[in-house]
Amino acid sequence: MAGHAGRKSGLVWAVHLSVAALVVIWLLPTVGLLVSSFRDRDQISASGWWKAPLPVEQTYRVRTDPEAAVERHGRVILSGNVFDSEDSAGAGTVTGFGVTGRAPAEFAPGESAPLRGGGRLTVAPDGSFTAEAGSPFGRRGPTIYFEAASPPKVTLDNYRMVLGADGMDRAFINTLTVTIPATVIPILIAAFAAYALSWMEFPGRGLLIAAVVGLLVVPLQLALVPLLRLHETVGIGQSFMGIWFAHTGFGLPLAVYLLRNYMAGLPRDIIESARVDGATDFQVFTRIVLPLSFPALASFAIFQFLWTWNDLLVAKVFLPAASETKVMTVKIADDLLGSYGGDWGILAAAAFISMAVPLVVFFALQRYLVRGLLAGSVK
Amino acid sequence: MSPLLQGIATILIGVGGCVGYFYGANLLLDRVIFPPSGRDPGANISRANAVRPWLFMAPAMAALGLYLVYPVLGSFWRSLFNRDGGSFIGLGNYTDLAADPAFRTAVLNNLLWVLVVPAASTFLGLVAAQLTDRIRWGNIAKSIIFMPMAISFVGASLIWKFVYANEADIGLLNAIRAALGFDDPIDVIQIPFWNNFFLMAILIWIQTGFAMVILSAALRGIPDETIEAAILDGANPFQIFFRIMVPQITGTILVVWTTITILVLKVFDIVYTMTGGNFGTQILPSYMMSYMFKDDGRATAVAFVIMLIVLPVMVWNILQARKEMR
Repeated sequence: MAGHAGRKSGLVWAVHLSVAALVVIWLLPTVGLLVSSFRDRDQISASGWWKAPLPVEQTYRVRTDPEAAVERHGRVILSGNVFDSEDSAGAGTVTGFGVTGRAPAEFAPGESAPLRGGGRLTVAPDGSFTAEAGSPFGRRGPTIYFEAASPPKVTLDNYRMVLGADGMDRAFINTLTVTIPATVIPILIAAFAAYALSWMEFPGRGLLIAAVVGLLVVPLQLALVPLLRLHETVGIGQSFMGIWFAHTGFGLPLAVYLLRNYMAGLPRDIIESARVDGATDFQVFTRIVLPLSFPALASFAIFQFLWTWNDLLVAKVFLPAASETKVMTVKIADDLLGSYGGDWGILAAAAFISMAVPLVVFFALQRYLVRGLLAGSVK
Repeated sequence: MSPLLQGIATILIGVGGCVGYFYGANLLLDRVIFPPSGRDPGANISRANAVRPWLFMAPAMAALGLYLVYPVLGSFWRSLFNRDGGSFIGLGNYTDLAADPAFRTAVLNNLLWVLVVPAASTFLGLVAAQLTDRIRWGNIAKSIIFMPMAISFVGASLIWKFVYANEADIGLLNAIRAALGFDDPIDVIQIPFWNNFFLMAILIWIQTGFAMVILSAALRGIPDETIEAAILDGANPFQIFFRIMVPQITGTILVVWTTITILVLKVFDIVYTMTGGNFGTQILPSYMMSYMFKDDGRATAVAFVIMLIVLPVMVWNILQARKEMR
């Protein structure tokens, strides 16, 4: 089918170009975030992430120490290197300097600039400077402003900072704690229900299937208030146990629906002949249907995993607001965006820590994910 | 280390409990309650078989009933009470909502989301499916377009915060603007009305891959003969796509459209992360969250309004499923 309509070469090129454009649009935002997460904090605000491989021009300000001045031939001479200061350590080459904050790169390196209190200042490209004046400098030496091109810095500092100081490590463990039981338990429950709904005869089966389909649509928001109150009455309150129950309940309709669709399509002969051989339903289920349903189970497991891992709403409502129980999405949305609203490196690193596991799962198991989607939607 | 250990322990207890229930309940049924022995083993076996489906269904039915059926009724009932649940105020919360301009903004915005996001995602997904199916590196392209499905809405919002950022050295959008010669950076998140579309773009970015995957499978299911016939009749590629292929997958397009519509009605993360509902971007779910933990009556009333909007979709879903089962 493909190719029939695309034989004209012009059209083929248009297709290639359109797909390329789509791919770039879809990939670029994420790439930007990834690049930013490995950049130095100061470099992020000095140049765009798309210029990351290029040297970055930044302005610095250093104070000189008047104690280090020496007198020679009746003149006071102060020399040193601008890169010795803590703020500018490691920055590459001076591209301009000045003596006022308003014009930090007024003079080219090597030129001499008049100092405000009299005297002259020279800064060389390698950062060495000489200030000389007729009379000693005051209690503070002259302030040097300069612009330096520093080589691009690749750093893990953002990740270290987020994981260490900001408790993302704790949030990561919390997310795992929420996600694993909330993935496994609904699968078990749903698999048994799906088997009953597809291979066991009992009154009201059709009605129950219709109910499951209807419940697929119920908005989560309805459940929040009544269930939180119920959890409080029962004594679970806001806790990990509560959030597992919630995720189990909310994930079940899709699980039962997908698994029933799949199980109902299994060949009747195998199941009937096992029954004839005297297998009980429990044996048929665990020995035949469950192993055969592996693709459907896997695809739902991926879905439920991604959904619980990425969830913000359920975690905000069913987990306590205390920071030791926060999952990563809540941590990012409530803590990091508030306190580091402008610190893009930290935000990018945090986002990538939260995205790493789902992305790995996604790219490794994409095949099953697609299969599950198709089982539920294409007839 | 302790939270991790606690996590592992609870995982084992939870999963073990589940397995234990199914195994133990079956054992109990077959060995103790209706053992296939005694005076009439046959009757006992058929009795056990009549009970077993309910045994298999029980945990699912309990969970579904408690977490989805009860809340529909519970929320409606709760929405008839005041802030702390102390006194019955009938439809008071609903009349308050109707009078609140912020609620009306949320409804209008939500309507906009429901119109734009499913339409745009489905259309882009359809185009992407058709285009990627025709080239050799299509599968790689598909993976990349599908990838945002794995990212949390919070993560996606952060990604797009970078694109939309006000500073020309961070925001790609403003960098492009600067490159085109516009001097003033704009904060697209704060432009009244239009900012809604910039938030919607995030969800469209996420959902297009989903639509693409499903529609691509549907497109491949179209019989070749119909397309060949159209080519013989001299149809151009666009005619083939819109007149021959699209009509044959209308059913799937509707399913995709509905699924995304339902998602749009539930999503609150993007608005919460990007604007917190400020600058006139509130939608119903985020409006509800602003009352959560503060005014349960108001919050449940908003939730019930969302339910009312979903209701037709629900009915359509059930009818569709019943049609398929026959």
